[in-house]
Amino acid sequence: MARLVIDPVTRIEGHLRIEAQVDGGKVSDAWSSGTMFRGIELILQGRDPREAWIWTQRICGVCTMVHALASVRAVEDALQIDVPDNARIVRNLIAGSQMVQDHVIHFYHLHALDWVDVTSALKADPAKTSQIAQSISDYEKSSTTYFRGIQQRVKGVVDSGQLSLFTSGYWGHPAYQLPPEVNLLAVAHYLEALAWQKDFIRIHAVLGGKNPHPQTFLVGGMTTAMDPNEPFAVINPERITFLRDLVKGARKFVEQVYIPDVLAIAPLYKDWFSRGEGLGNFLSYGDYSSGNEKDPNTFLFPRGAVFGRDLSTVHPVDPAKITEFVSHSWYEYSSGDNDGKHPYQGETNPKYTGPKPPYDHLDVDKKYSWLKAPRYDGKPMEVGPLARMVVGYAAGQKDIRELVDGVLKKLNAPPTVLFSTLGRIAARALESLLMARKLESWVEELDSNLAHGKVQIFNPIRWDPGTWPATATGFGWHEAPRGSLGHWVDINGKSIKNYQAVVPTTWNAGPRDAQSQRGAYEASLLTTPVADPARPLEILRTIHSFDPCLACAVHVIDAKGRNYSLPKAV
Amino acid sequence: MLETDLGTVLARRGISRRQLVKFCSGVLATLAMPERYLAQTVQAVSKAKKPVLVWVQFQDCAGCSESMLRSSHPDVADVVLDLLSWEYHEVIMAGSGESANRTLDRVVKEDKGKYIAVVEGAIPTADGGVYCTVGGRSALEIAETVCRNAAATIAVGACAFDGGLVRSKPNPTGALGVQEAVPGIKVINMAGCPHNPANTAAVLVHYLTFNDLPALDQYNRPLFAYGRIIHDQCERRAHYDAGRYVTEWGDEGHRKGWCLYKMGCKGPAATFNCPVVQWNDHTSWPIRAGHGCIACASPRFWDHMSPFYDRLPSVPGFGVEVTAGEIGLGLTVATVAGVTAHGLIQMIKPAPKPPAEPPSEPRKEA
Repeated sequence: MARLVIDPVTRIEGHLRIEAQVDGGKVSDAWSSGTMFRGIELILQGRDPREAWIWTQRICGVCTMVHALASVRAVEDALQIDVPDNARIVRNLIAGSQMVQDHVIHFYHLHALDWVDVTSALKADPAKTSQIAQSISDYEKSSTTYFRGIQQRVKGVVDSGQLSLFTSGYWGHPAYQLPPEVNLLAVAHYLEALAWQKDFIRIHAVLGGKNPHPQTFLVGGMTTAMDPNEPFAVINPERITFLRDLVKGARKFVEQVYIPDVLAIAPLYKDWFSRGEGLGNFLSYGDYSSGNEKDPNTFLFPRGAVFGRDLSTVHPVDPAKITEFVSHSWYEYSSGDNDGKHPYQGETNPKYTGPKPPYDHLDVDKKYSWLKAPRYDGKPMEVGPLARMVVGYAAGQKDIRELVDGVLKKLNAPPTVLFSTLGRIAARALESLLMARKLESWVEELDSNLAHGKVQIFNPIRWDPGTWPATATGFGWHEAPRGSLGHWVDINGKSIKNYQAVVPTTWNAGPRDAQSQRGAYEASLLTTPVADPARPLEILRTIHSFDPCLACAVHVIDAKGRNYSLPKAV
Repeated sequence: MLETDLGTVLARRGISRRQLVKFCSGVLATLAMPERYLAQTVQAVSKAKKPVLVWVQFQDCAGCSESMLRSSHPDVADVVLDLLSWEYHEVIMAGSGESANRTLDRVVKEDKGKYIAVVEGAIPTADGGVYCTVGGRSALEIAETVCRNAAATIAVGACAFDGGLVRSKPNPTGALGVQEAVPGIKVINMAGCPHNPANTAAVLVHYLTFNDLPALDQYNRPLFAYGRIIHDQCERRAHYDAGRYVTEWGDEGHRKGWCLYKMGCKGPAATFNCPVVQWNDHTSWPIRAGHGCIACASPRFWDHMSPFYDRLPSVPGFGVEVTAGEIGLGLTVATVAGVTAHGLIQMIKPAPKPPAEPPSEPRKEA
């Protein structure tokens, strides 16, 4: 048959197109394309590096704040600024709460409808749903009356003939396998999660002024001034109490709703523990320091790389081994398009050679995406929650070991089931739990510092550009919800000369490289069954398991073939 | 199915009459409209057939979609399931690919002239539209079709308003806001980076109630949200008037909540109802959180208001006479002029205690 096209892939961030060759009911080859380019690279040149974070944050509003954090870290690295302990804690709280909130939204609002048939929930017996709910969790909203109310609400929507967001769904598709009662449970929690996410993210309003796009980062610290005795201090004892309530609520939601739902639904789809395996190479920069932000030994998520699903060896990460290819991307390199370039030598010269819109198919043998193809040591890598859990597990990180082993025991399965579509879902849920618990300890650290009069939140040493060297380069890394994120900056004459970002979804959704090696999405789709090519639900399951974010992924910053020294040791 | 009886409709949607009245009352407060409109509003939002809404995304970051999901009053689930039939929105809709495209095509055809279009993101016009395609079609072609056939278009966020960050110098993709890319359509601009969902929800309810848009300024932004200067509404204003400024991040003034003008705050040159409506269920806003305003609801703010840490060269209140037009205030609408005039008088009046040093010139890049 002709190549199947999914464009737009919805329930993601951004503009993703998948083309897949389906033979004998299975995917035999696949191509992943990003179809939007903004050129933020060119826009940043010549601007003040202290405000780069305000601009780069707008790379993405779903993973909001992650590019702000990577940006201030890159500039702080270039200007050799250490941030105060309170800034580390506040950044951990902002980023950690983003991770938990984002993962919950992903599971319920971006991914669940691949597994949950909303219309089937109408056939459920609310009393049975109530029994199931009470058997898996202590969450208080579990009565028959509650589930009947949810069912009535869904019925109202369906009976009206106006299904709103659910209008275009693949309802009744044979790949939906949950009993009506579990579907009703999931629909109820879809609505609960919708309400919860906006309540919880008030933590970003407290510590960031607003969400999306919090506005309290600074090169050198944060603007969240602390004072134990001032009513208008951004962080004071009253605000600490509020933060404590918010993070407690997050932990409760993850422990009593998210985790039990994942554990209840996964065993009903156990085929997907052996589908969507992908590359088997995993990369994690590591993050969330308990002390010095620059010391990987203090990280909650360890730094490392795992190759070929070999959990016995964790390889160190060498920043010099990161390169990007444009052999199949709509850019050109001055040294030839089969070259691989380190971010410090990177170039982003857009040159569209695809079909003129409107078009039916891309020229997948040639260039076919606005994403570049990043490689580590020449190899395509998967990044994200699964990579963090795999690297953490292989590195023997105690909390990660306990969580992963606990779930494997419950599922009565070996660690190899992690390398799958469901493995990604489970890894995301587990790290949400790990993070939700960690948030509480950071609030207590902040409270302790406040109580002891330790209120420094900003290091002013390099705020005045007059104190800067004539030229400086640096890079900043962050483990964002979707994976390893790096920003590289070159400052020259007090302004940005070049800026380069290598982003999680670029690693995962990038096209083929000069050696025709597939990216993570492309590799993971191979052999995926497709029951009905007009309704390619199975392909969406695996693609969504990566939690795509395309606005991030399209290469951002220009660096026109200038030479740089390789990065300092991190 | 036809159901015109309000009670039946409400019951079907699982909403009590009391909840509905409370919700409408909250919306009227955001719109600064008198309570006498309550009955009309309640009736409008409980129509049996829900109006259809489609939300298209172009050169965006999805931050405005996320912002909409943070809507508390009304609750986001009420908006997308009960208030409207929210049939196309890539970030959260059920179907992908063909199924999604068919849905959009159907709405454009079957609800022509009746549906509400929301646009998020800038529209690239360079090189035949290759910088943003959805389903193989260019953003411009989609916007032309979707916006021209809509009853009205709501442009959410800075990018859909005037091209936003994507259009900043040197505007590599020829990006424009909706009203320039698709001229002549009925559009309301919910500027901001992102838009504030409280304002957008209020506009939606206003539209459903009166079948028309609220009063707009010369940039097609609703006056209820964009008609007042931030500086005039700011909780730190008393410190400005008294000459108490933050001079270094984390200093005593910063811990005490003093004025951020010297740290580059653009509040004196920006209009928005940020200080009043705030963000995330009225929890906070950037100035409360210790950072200056970046004027994200102002026209072309990325180029015109940066560098963001430079002080404004001349600020109202320092004896510098500025007209409202200079900072983008629409005084043409008579009904609002009276309200705004007070703010303007406050603005022009010299501050009781002028600051020790005059504002510096904006720092030029070396």
